Amino acid sequence: MILLNRRLFLKSAALIGCSAAAHPLTSTITFAALPADSRLVVIILRGAMDGLDAIQPYGDPMLAKLRSKISTGPDNGAMDLDGFYALHSRLAPLMPLWQKGELAFAHAVSTPYRDKRSHFDGQDLLEAGSGNDLPIDWRAGGWLNRLLQAMPQAKAETAYSVGVEPMRILSGEAAHLGWAPRAALTMSPQAQSLLDHVYHEDALFRESARDAFRIASETSQSEMGKGPTADAAALGAFAASRLNAESRIAAFSLAGWDSHANQTAVLGRALDNLAAAILALRDGLGANWGSTTVLAMTEFGRTVRENGSAGTDHGTGGALIMAGGAIKGRRAYGDWPGLGEGQLYADRDLMPTRDIRAYAAWALRGQFGIEQDMLERIIFPGLDLGRDPGILA
Amino acid sequence: MNVDFPQLAAIRLGFGLSPLMPPPQDPAELLAGLGLAAPEPGSMTSEQAREMTKLRTRLRRARYDSEAAEKEYSVQNKLMGRQLARDLQGRIARAVDDPFGFGERLVQFWSDHFTAVPTGLANNPLGSAYVNEAIRPHIGGRFEDMFFAADTHPMMLVYLNQNTSRGPNSMAARRQPDKALGLNENLAREAMELHSLGVGAPYTQADVRQLAELLTGLSYNLQKGFEYLPQIAEPGAETVLGVSYGGENKATLRDIRLALRDIARRAETAQHVSRKLAIHFVSDSPSADLVDQMAAKWRETDGHLPQVYRVMMTHPELEATFRQKVRQPFDYMVAALRALGVTGKQVMALDFPQLPAILFQPLAGMGQRWMRPVGPDGWPEAPEAWIAPQLLAARISWALQTPRKFVKPLPDPRDMLQTALGGTQSPELDWAVPKAENRAEGVALILASSDFNRR
Repeated sequence: MILLNRRLFLKSAALIGCSAAAHPLTSTITFAALPADSRLVVIILRGAMDGLDAIQPYGDPMLAKLRSKISTGPDNGAMDLDGFYALHSRLAPLMPLWQKGELAFAHAVSTPYRDKRSHFDGQDLLEAGSGNDLPIDWRAGGWLNRLLQAMPQAKAETAYSVGVEPMRILSGEAAHLGWAPRAALTMSPQAQSLLDHVYHEDALFRESARDAFRIASETSQSEMGKGPTADAAALGAFAASRLNAESRIAAFSLAGWDSHANQTAVLGRALDNLAAAILALRDGLGANWGSTTVLAMTEFGRTVRENGSAGTDHGTGGALIMAGGAIKGRRAYGDWPGLGEGQLYADRDLMPTRDIRAYAAWALRGQFGIEQDMLERIIFPGLDLGRDPGILA
Repeated sequence: MNVDFPQLAAIRLGFGLSPLMPPPQDPAELLAGLGLAAPEPGSMTSEQAREMTKLRTRLRRARYDSEAAEKEYSVQNKLMGRQLARDLQGRIARAVDDPFGFGERLVQFWSDHFTAVPTGLANNPLGSAYVNEAIRPHIGGRFEDMFFAADTHPMMLVYLNQNTSRGPNSMAARRQPDKALGLNENLAREAMELHSLGVGAPYTQADVRQLAELLTGLSYNLQKGFEYLPQIAEPGAETVLGVSYGGENKATLRDIRLALRDIARRAETAQHVSRKLAIHFVSDSPSADLVDQMAAKWRETDGHLPQVYRVMMTHPELEATFRQKVRQPFDYMVAALRALGVTGKQVMALDFPQLPAILFQPLAGMGQRWMRPVGPDGWPEAPEAWIAPQLLAARISWALQTPRKFVKPLPDPRDMLQTALGGTQSPELDWAVPKAENRAEGVALILASSDFNRR
């Protein structure tokens, strides 16, 4: 057991007064079975997506007073969802999903991270799934990895980190695989066996090479797509191909959300990528889309007021985008805190009204049957699960 | 394992051993070599970059006028699109030829510490100019000079949006109330969080805002280039970390220089940046003793970098943590080419389409898209971040396919084992290399080995 899990456990165990000597994954916690069919994809949106522009609360009259060049609502091309929220025009390709009840969002969510507004600490905390009371150290592992540790039937194939960016959310003790759509590896049997020998004493290289040779033999290199969203679509398509086989969990990231200036262009490109990735997942998953939950999460939201560069700066409350046949879509989740005076966080940001981890935790509970105790103490230490938002169909 | 200084310095502080150049004998020789990393005459400048981008803008506007105009635009566009691969080519060639490599390693380290990404093709040449103008001249000088040069360079102003920030009460903002001109706090935040103090330091959101106000006035645009414009600067004094700057007369660039100098000399900066150096060159968890000694030297010398480097290279931890780090993909490629005896001239002889196929695309496959790190925090340090299956596969494939493109015939792998690793290799590698079926696979085993990928 890795150090942090133990430390986390000791800390939480001390809080609830049970034996500090107990192993974190035994005693009162029941193991989750790995359901045959549920699939989970987590997309980390690096750079802080402006939730107020992606899903515009145009029904709040304050929005138009705080923003003039962005988030301009249905009058300027955004698509009305429910009379209060409107979807950014660049997410138009996802409207059919909304109509079918396969797209939803939760507004005014955040991790427990506050005030310093650093992308990197914010992303680390989002992927670690922990609270503010522990130092951030990504080698201590991410919450998807602790989920795997809570599933006794999980094996390396169960979870995939997709792409060439490191995914801290999957890092940790539990075995998982990583591959990129365009990766490939072939070697003569003799050279491969010699390389095995060379790597034998170095666990990092040995295990990584073992996975690489196996995955390369099972997959074919993706076709090079065309256009600006080709990479995002390739990530989604590759994830889908693994989820159609033995994998049940996949994670990848999309960058380009840090819209300090000229947000219309910056966010537009990023939303194109997100839409392309989600559609590639849907198309690739086929019938399995029905049992899939996609969570697109970002480290924090952005300032409610437009800045001097037709953009927004780092904020606090943001939005979670959910997709998939497994979710109860076509609806807005979360309590809207308002944008009026006294309703903002630190007089600049959207006030968070729910911990984003609670949505992820309820998804894990519904999809994989993870118990509350495990969710609140181990996977998302310090989380108060709260009431069920009912995001799954 | 006991490793003598020359080998240790070549492998850990440079790009590894070479059959063409002897390793450095002592720290003095290593530090004396820093001058070789100075900007080369004729290398890309901001002014040239601006001319290229201006030309592209002009041709772009005229591209529908005639077929010839369209052709001209597409030629210029291609040239600028290729700048990334050309930049990589030049950097690899210089690193391959640097006798000790420490200078070019530092260029890589500091360019990453002060990450400034040309987002979009139009700024690619400016990205090359940035390294020549803000980083190279200062790697052997004082940190505060590099801090100022980097955070006021056009590339940084564009990347972290300082060029669109306006003092809310500046003349420009008051004259155009309908434009809602105002602050952009992106650079101010990263200047403290990433470039100097570190996120754990006791600065607040108020300090970020104050520094953002102080930084207004910095300007870059295609028409006029870099300028300091008092009319867009926030009037009055700003208080950053308890110290007041400016306010008496017209806002000046000097106030910004003073503030950055003071931040550069603070103990938190000494600690944060010393630790980053130690993490990059020595170990992911450097001892407090090493970092404290480096930070103490920093405070004593107001951040005179060669003296800080000297503490790092003479500390016993450099030897004690041998091979705990993994070479980043750029360092790995350079090390492999050096070990093969490839020269910078051979690297520079590559042209399209071989250049991207042999260097640029494989580097991206190994996880390091040249000049395109994901965020301003730059590349990761942990070995696990670089040796995931898909990334290691790219290293192994490159080790199999590339050497024969530069060296004919390939060296005898048994000889290359000695020139590349000088006796520091593991018994496993010693055992395996002579058993390879052919030279190409023997050479690939060496270059793909964990011994060679680690430093």
